[in-house]
Amino acid sequence: MAHAPDFRRWLALALLLILAVAVPPVLAALGQGFYIGFAARVLIMALAALSLDLVMGLGGMISFGHAAFLGLGAYVVGIGSWHVFDGAPLPFGLAGSENALIVWPLAMLVAGLAALGIGAISLRTTGVHFIMITLAFAQMLFFLAGGLKTYGGDDGITLYNRSQLAGLKLSDPTTFYYLCLGLLVTVLAVLLRLSSSRFGMVLRGVRDNERRMRALGFPTYRYKLAAFVLSGMICGLAGALLANASEFASPAIMSWQRSGELLVMVVLGGMGSLIGPVLGAVALMVLEESLADLTQHWQVILGPLLVLLALSARRGLWGWIKGRDGAP
Amino acid sequence: MTEPLLHTSGLVKRYGGVIATHQVALAVERGHLHALIGPNGAGKSTLIGLLSGEMAADAGHIHFNGHDVTRLHVHRRARLGLARSFQITSIFKSFSVLANVVLAVQAHAGHSFRFWRPAVRDPALVGPALAALDRVGLADRRHHAAAALSHGERRQLELAMALAGDPAMLLLDEPMAGMGPEDGRAMVDLLQSLKGERTILLVEHDMDAVFQLADRISVLVYGAVIASGTPDHIRTDPEVRRAYLGEEA
Repeated sequence: MAHAPDFRRWLALALLLILAVAVPPVLAALGQGFYIGFAARVLIMALAALSLDLVMGLGGMISFGHAAFLGLGAYVVGIGSWHVFDGAPLPFGLAGSENALIVWPLAMLVAGLAALGIGAISLRTTGVHFIMITLAFAQMLFFLAGGLKTYGGDDGITLYNRSQLAGLKLSDPTTFYYLCLGLLVTVLAVLLRLSSSRFGMVLRGVRDNERRMRALGFPTYRYKLAAFVLSGMICGLAGALLANASEFASPAIMSWQRSGELLVMVVLGGMGSLIGPVLGAVALMVLEESLADLTQHWQVILGPLLVLLALSARRGLWGWIKGRDGAP
Repeated sequence: MTEPLLHTSGLVKRYGGVIATHQVALAVERGHLHALIGPNGAGKSTLIGLLSGEMAADAGHIHFNGHDVTRLHVHRRARLGLARSFQITSIFKSFSVLANVVLAVQAHAGHSFRFWRPAVRDPALVGPALAALDRVGLADRRHHAAAALSHGERRQLELAMALAGDPAMLLLDEPMAGMGPEDGRAMVDLLQSLKGERTILLVEHDMDAVFQLADRISVLVYGAVIASGTPDHIRTDPEVRRAYLGEEA
C-alpha cells in the first residue's frame, strides 16, 4: 500500500541514527567535548519519554507521575553506591554494589514493582482522575525520598563511582554516551515491534475505545497494568542511567516538574509514535540548554516557542518529518 | 423443546426511583431472530446493557448458553459467545478496516500477551477476519482507514466485528440507525442471510424490517414486556396496538 511514506520513515530513522552516532566525534572535533555528557543526558531523558509514550501514546493512560520511576531507578544506583563506600550492610543481608549487571536490573525491578502497586490502584480510574492519582503517588515518593536522612534527605546522594560494566569505562563520556545510545535504540526497536503485536493492538484499541474492547471480550485492566509495569521498568532503567550521568541521585529527579517535562517531550515529539518522544526530548533539552546560554529569562522564550510548535505540528515533530501515512 | 439460548427471569433495574427494567422475563430460542421493540424510553437500551453486562441488574437472573451470567463482567460474557453491536457506531477509528476485525478475532484467540509477531500479518487472525469482512461485503475496503468509511459502511464493519468471534448470539442495537433507504435494505438482506445461522436479538425502530425479519417479537413498554410472540400475534395483540403501534399508525 503506502510504500512512499514507509521509505521516508526509514530514511528519516537511518539519518537520525547516523546523526546520533556522529555526535561525540563532531563535538570533540569542535572542541566542545564537555557537551558529550549533556548529549548522554538527552538520550536518557529520551528513554524516559519513550517509556511514557508506551502507556500514554499507545495505551491512552496519561501518567503525570513517571518521574517517580526515574527517581526510584536513580536511588537504587545511588543507595547501592553509598553502601559500597560506607560499608554498612543493607537490610536482608544485602551488601552495596556498583556492578551495573546487578544494580541496573535491580533498578528496573524496583521501579517495576512500584509501577505494579501504583498501576493496580490508579488504573481503576481513567482520564483526569488517573492523572491526579499518578501525580499523588509520585509526590508521595518525592517526599519519602526527601525524608531518607541516611541518604542525604533533600540533598540526595552523591555517587563516588559510576556503575561498573564488564570492561567498559563508564566514566569516559564517549563510552557512556554510546552505551546510552545502544540501550535507547534497542528499547525503541523492541517497542516499535511490540506496537503492532497482539499486545500492542490491545493497547491501541484501549486508547481508541476501551468500552468496545471489553464488549469484544478483552479483560482490558490486566493489559493496561502490564503496559504500565513495563513502562515503569524502562523508566527505572533510565533513572539508573541518569544517576550515572549526573553522578547524583536526589528527590529533585522525582519532582512533578520532571513528570511534566516528560509529558511535554511526548506531546511535542508526537504521541503514540514512539520515535517522536525521542525527538521531543532532544528538541526540548537542546532548546532549554541553548536558550539558557542566551539569557537567564530563557523560559519567556521557550514557552511561546512550545506553543508555536504545538500549533504548527499537531502530530508532533515526528508526524511532521515522516509525512502522512495510512492506518496500521 | 430445548432450553432457550438466552433467558432472563425477574430482571429489574432502577435508576434512583425510576424503574427502567421491570420484572423482565425474556426467552430467546436457539436459531431465532428475536426482535425487541418499544417506544422511545421503553428501556430497550437498558435491557441491552443488562444482557451484555455493562450494567448490573438490581434483581433477577440472566442465563446464557447454560451459564448463569448475571454477575459476569462484560468481557467474560463476550468470551462465552455473546457478541454485541452498538447503537452509536463504535469502531477503532485509527485502525484500518482489517485491523478492526483482526482485533475482534484476537479477543477470542487466547490471551494477548504476545509481544512480537505483527497481528495484522498473523494468518490465524487475518483468515477469520477476512471471512467476516466478506460476509458483510467490506472485504475490498479492508485496507482503508476505518475513519474514512461512510456511515453505512461503518455499520457493516460494526457487524463484521460482532461476527468475527464466531459468537453463539448477536445482540444488535439498532443496526440500521441513521442509514439511508439503500443501505438499510442492504442491512435487511444481510440480517436475512444471517437468520437461522445465528441466534440474534435485534433492537430496531424500523417496523417494516422487524416484521419482515423476526421469528419472535417482544414488546417493551415502561420497562416491562407487555407481549411476546410471533409477528402475526404481535400485530393483532390489542394491548400492543394500544400502547405502541397505534401511536405510529
